[in-house]
Amino acid sequence: MEDIAIIGIGMHSFGRTDGLSGQAQGAFAVREALRDAGVKWEQVGVAYGGSQDAGNADALANHLGLTGIPFVNVANGCATGGSALASVVSAIRSGMAEIGLAVGFDKHPRGAFNPQPADWGLEDWYGETGLMLTTQFFALKTQRYLHEHGIAEESLVHVAQRAFRNGALTPHAWRRRELSFEEIAESMAVNLPLRKYMFCNPAEGGAALVLCRASQAHKYSDTPIIVRAAVMRTRHHGSFEVFSPGLAARQAPAPTVTASRAAYESAGVGPEDIDVIQLQDTDSGSELIHLAENGFCEHGEQGLLLRSGATDIAGRLPVNTDGGCLANGEPVGASGLRQVIEVCTQLRRQAGARQVPGAPRLGYTHVYGAPGVSAVTILEAP
Amino acid sequence: MNNNTSLLPHLPVAHLLTQGTSGLGLLGSKCSQCGEMYFPATDSCTACCGSDLAPCDIGNQGRLWSWTVQAFMPKSPYNSGETEEAFQPYGVGYVQMPSGVKVESRLTTADPAELAIGMPMALCLVRYGQRVDGQPLQTFAFAPTIEIEGDL
Repeated sequence: MEDIAIIGIGMHSFGRTDGLSGQAQGAFAVREALRDAGVKWEQVGVAYGGSQDAGNADALANHLGLTGIPFVNVANGCATGGSALASVVSAIRSGMAEIGLAVGFDKHPRGAFNPQPADWGLEDWYGETGLMLTTQFFALKTQRYLHEHGIAEESLVHVAQRAFRNGALTPHAWRRRELSFEEIAESMAVNLPLRKYMFCNPAEGGAALVLCRASQAHKYSDTPIIVRAAVMRTRHHGSFEVFSPGLAARQAPAPTVTASRAAYESAGVGPEDIDVIQLQDTDSGSELIHLAENGFCEHGEQGLLLRSGATDIAGRLPVNTDGGCLANGEPVGASGLRQVIEVCTQLRRQAGARQVPGAPRLGYTHVYGAPGVSAVTILEAP
Repeated sequence: MNNNTSLLPHLPVAHLLTQGTSGLGLLGSKCSQCGEMYFPATDSCTACCGSDLAPCDIGNQGRLWSWTVQAFMPKSPYNSGETEEAFQPYGVGYVQMPSGVKVESRLTTADPAELAIGMPMALCLVRYGQRVDGQPLQTFAFAPTIEIEGDL
């Protein structure tokens, strides 16, 4: 299969930008990515993108120019960015276009999400009686996971501590203040065992990538990043997913596991080959689970891994070097592409104070979300 | 097994319940093709892709499989009628039933000291709020119990 390369990356800072629509933040990110690639919007032959709460991606053409290209709206929740990227890779590989764009953006209301049961195929009682909350799900999943694998609650604090430590080193991060163990451990209980500083917040922002065939990439970029794998998977019967009034008797591996395995197989590498990692950290518990589900450790090993500093920037498995969702917030449509951009920045060795030492060759990104979707990419340095 | 709707006129979750031989139970369904059980009842089997399911009694006792405490007041569509100031945190958990099916439910206690994975739990009804017209809002819940029938 022909290799596809990322030749341009662009972001609108995550966080809160009053007065600027989500679509305007998406268009800003696209312009940054085009500038980075030295490509004009008129040269882009295909685009995929989406948001959860900020409207259709193809409306960005009203900002960028009505060039008549196929612009596909993607709506895959947290996997929107990953799905858009996988689709652009396939489109370019098929010969549909020479240059393609993946874009994600969002602008969520403040506070927790308030999904409507009917949108998820559920009855009203589930929301009315107070069971339909994402934070509740993450807490229930974390509580069970800690119990099954004998992991202490202090590991949840360690995840958040590292996220904010890395966020403090990241100029474009939203949360840039380091937090002490005590500040996190004693912060307000939200859904035990998860507390305030162990959850990311819905936010705003935009992220975009420009891609082309790797064989053509040198025309546009001195530092093209090869997409070794970009896969997306959905849940199987028996996996423990959000908004589940009941769970099956038998348990199946999460969609993360199937997406991860498919990505390693497609790239022909294993977790031991990866030098820099982005894992979905909607909350501390999710990141703990995802460390093992993506193959970076055995279930139950996370406590030791975190205590030993292995997941720090200078560690063996640098995770969420920009502070992840915890420090950047989660604009759902953009979040997966933020991960890809951070890994590209690390592989280009342009990450400044948060740069992973040495010469990282392979990077890994992972998103997971409702209603049981996961997208994984494996990226290779120039 | 009778549908209990007529006995519980103000209960929006009446259709999830059944009146079995051992009292109030949860109404689920079982796939006639592969035997997989579901709560709530469904007409599609996500295990074998079948669509022939029959009602079944999921039971009224189980063991706590996971738990949390809902510490902040949910946004709409939560309809307890409480104000933010008067909001009372509530427990939420999954209870593993004899078939292995896990049922998500409110719990009758929100005190972490009273909750532990593996503890026996029994089905009950709780008042969780009131409607604008003053009628109580009730739903099913699980309460810690010491008695448990059979070996779960």
